[in-house]
Amino acid sequence: MMRALSWLYLAAAYLFIFLPVAVLVVFSFQDGRLPVPPLQGMSLKWYEKVLSDGDLMAALVNSLIVALISSAVALVLGFLAAHALARVKLPGSVLMRVLIIAPMTVSTLIIGLGLLTFFNQIGIRPSLLATGIGHVVINLPLCFAITYAAMGDHQKNAERAARDLGASEAQVLWLVSAPMLAPALAAAFFLSVTFSWDEFIIAFLLTRFDVTLPVEIWSMLRSGLSPATNAIGSLVFLVSIGVVVLAEIFILRRRA
Amino acid sequence: MSPAARERRQGWGLVAPALIWLLAFFLIPFAVMLALSFAHMEERTVVHGFDPGNYVRIFTDWTMFKALVNSIEITLVVSVVSVILAYPLAAIIAFRVPKRWQRLALLLAVLPFWTSYVVRSYAWLLVLGQNGVLNKALLGLGLISAPLEIAATRTATVIGFVHFFVMLLTLTIYANLIQLSPNYARAAQDLGAGRFQTFRHVILPLTLPGVVTGAFLTFVLCIGDYITPQILGGNNELTLPQLIMLQMGRGGNFPLASALSVVLMLVVTLAYLLSARWLRLDRV
Amino acid sequence: MTAPVSIRGVRQRYGTATALDHVDLEIAAGEFVVLLGPSGCGKTTLLNIIGGFAEPTEGQVLIGGRDMAGVSPKERPTTTVFQDYALFPHMSLAENVAFGLRMRGVEKSGRLKKAEEMLALVGLAGRGNRRPHELSGGQRQRVALARALAVEPDVLLLDEPLGALDLKLRRAMQDELKAIQRRVGTTFVHVTHDQEEAMAIADRIVVMNAGRIEDLGPPREVYLRPKSLFSAGFMGEINRIPVNGDSSPLGLVALGNDRERVLCIRPESIRPAELATVGALQLGRATITDAAFFGTHVRAHATPLAAPEMQIVFHLPQSVLPAPGEIVDLAAMTWVLLDP
Repeated sequence: MMRALSWLYLAAAYLFIFLPVAVLVVFSFQDGRLPVPPLQGMSLKWYEKVLSDGDLMAALVNSLIVALISSAVALVLGFLAAHALARVKLPGSVLMRVLIIAPMTVSTLIIGLGLLTFFNQIGIRPSLLATGIGHVVINLPLCFAITYAAMGDHQKNAERAARDLGASEAQVLWLVSAPMLAPALAAAFFLSVTFSWDEFIIAFLLTRFDVTLPVEIWSMLRSGLSPATNAIGSLVFLVSIGVVVLAEIFILRRRA
Repeated sequence: MSPAARERRQGWGLVAPALIWLLAFFLIPFAVMLALSFAHMEERTVVHGFDPGNYVRIFTDWTMFKALVNSIEITLVVSVVSVILAYPLAAIIAFRVPKRWQRLALLLAVLPFWTSYVVRSYAWLLVLGQNGVLNKALLGLGLISAPLEIAATRTATVIGFVHFFVMLLTLTIYANLIQLSPNYARAAQDLGAGRFQTFRHVILPLTLPGVVTGAFLTFVLCIGDYITPQILGGNNELTLPQLIMLQMGRGGNFPLASALSVVLMLVVTLAYLLSARWLRLDRV
Repeated sequence: MTAPVSIRGVRQRYGTATALDHVDLEIAAGEFVVLLGPSGCGKTTLLNIIGGFAEPTEGQVLIGGRDMAGVSPKERPTTTVFQDYALFPHMSLAENVAFGLRMRGVEKSGRLKKAEEMLALVGLAGRGNRRPHELSGGQRQRVALARALAVEPDVLLLDEPLGALDLKLRRAMQDELKAIQRRVGTTFVHVTHDQEEAMAIADRIVVMNAGRIEDLGPPREVYLRPKSLFSAGFMGEINRIPVNGDSSPLGLVALGNDRERVLCIRPESIRPAELATVGALQLGRATITDAAFFGTHVRAHATPLAAPEMQIVFHLPQSVLPAPGEIVDLAAMTWVLLDP
């Protein structure tokens, strides 16, 4: 009885979870003007339209650039800070940890708004650069937390041994710490890229002419429902899934 | 220089970039915003000063205060419903699904996580809209005679949010359940506890800190979100983030938007203090 | 309070792997039985089957004469002390110990009184308000014991309860466990891979290997007169000398044996022939290869002159420390002949 109920619940939960995605993908093939039932036939025309849309493709490239660069910066800053705070006893290190983690508990809307007012006052125009700066602020805590949690006594001893054998601090970081933490660093970078890629509100507030993909999709939405939105949404989904599957295989193979 | 002093200097050198970045692009902007929240608008220009007028307005102007109330109500409902739906799902995956399939089951349960955030809300609009899949299906089955008006209501916002947070909470609660030693449940049963008693007296209290952490995360992300209420809830009933964006966009009233943001942060802080206290009480 | 346990023809398979292969065992009421064996021998599986955490593929378990088929752990007159103790971290010690009584509907003052009694029994009187994380490993083990005994089970199952403790504490807890068992009179079934622990506490040892019972009996019996080579080796160090009839690599030995067997002799049973008493088995002359002082005795290795490829290990009194190269004449006081 309990067993049957469990499987029923599982099925219902999956239905709920997959319903919007299924609808999104199915109606991206709609051979009509509206992505609502009835399905009038299968067509790839909306994909054609989306892929030949210059603004959309430019936004996609912008998003990629912002995501990769801001994540790399966040990873380097977060890793160095984690390395220092995990090793060296500095006065006020608890306070520093709190400060570095703090942006995680603040809504991105507030971070974006703060940056917007600040940039306005010092005369920085909204741009992809401004957006990237904001994305570093939200991803730095994440990179810090993941790498900090991954540093154990094991690493500490290996680093001590490297120093003992004559490595400089930079060599220790590059030849011992970073390779030993490679899985954590990869995970942190991967998550950062995902968050930056998908981030809307900061990008919305801090871009003007060159926009990122979520902002471009947002402006498509304002002109109403269209299977074109389904098509670009499905494409993004497909690419994300591909990356996730690759990451899964990559990480699994490393573990084995 | 002593080795310890040299080590400390190197340490400072390594933390400094992160600290400077957050100081320049997080703390100072926040301070600027805080200062701005005490300014006011005269003839479309900002007049700086120490004027608590914005805050007075938020708590006395009904449309403003209503947005705050809406946000808190929606967030509370979403947090509670999400936990209630996610817990059994996480438990079924952890305890009923065979070990070798659990990773796949979990991966599937969070797969839509990887659709774009904006697109996910849009997809719910396709499901819940007047001519959407849900209405068409219910009409087709003869369960309703006229389409349900869900889109552009609070219900649609809540559904969209719950969808997202059920995925998130399933992950965190599963992680909590799976790290419990199976001997806790066995010990309880061995000592005479039934299924329900085992859950009530042992499993639930032991996973509560994780659940509260997940619920707090849900609270923070939910109350600060603009997209979901904007796409699914429409403009019939505003939430705090919608009001903030409205102040900035239409009126260009940055001081008021700043004050609203500060209030939003205070609510989050309050939620943190409440849940932190609760957690500690549980541990004593 | 106490009951006998009968295990009849129990077999346990997981897919194609056989964890238990036709196990028969009778445990008397109030007996302290130790299941001893290497990891993977099936001892924990057997304990789980008695406790109701696993259903056997075949066979029967009777507790107090009652067939336990289909009876859940909750309904069985057994309780378990788990290897990781599984103390509930969100409850005080008293609440932990009172948990079983609470599930049985005993009202609060009654169950807390009983919990205090049980904590006193295990030497933790007056500490009921503490939390498990404030305790040392040994103290947690005592609380787990008190919790399992508080519901007055007929049979107490202990799954390597001393495994996580350091050696000194383990030896101290063994004595205490034995004393508590005598006090409460409950049947104890204890699982371990430590043969010294088994000998220290058991009324009867059950030696298991590869899902079968290899040997069983009181500690002295199992140690001195093991019934199988595995049991002989698992209970402690032993010299194995293959014999065929009365001939061996050492030459003729006076065994009155008529087939191929293995002569097993414990190191402490071997001594220089001049110290041996009448009836000792003469092993012949051997060259000492090394000897070391071990506190209670001197442990030495020697190579028989008749069989230079063999090594015999034996113990000497503290006062004797032979030099390598010395020649000794060896004799065995006790020995067993086992089938290879």
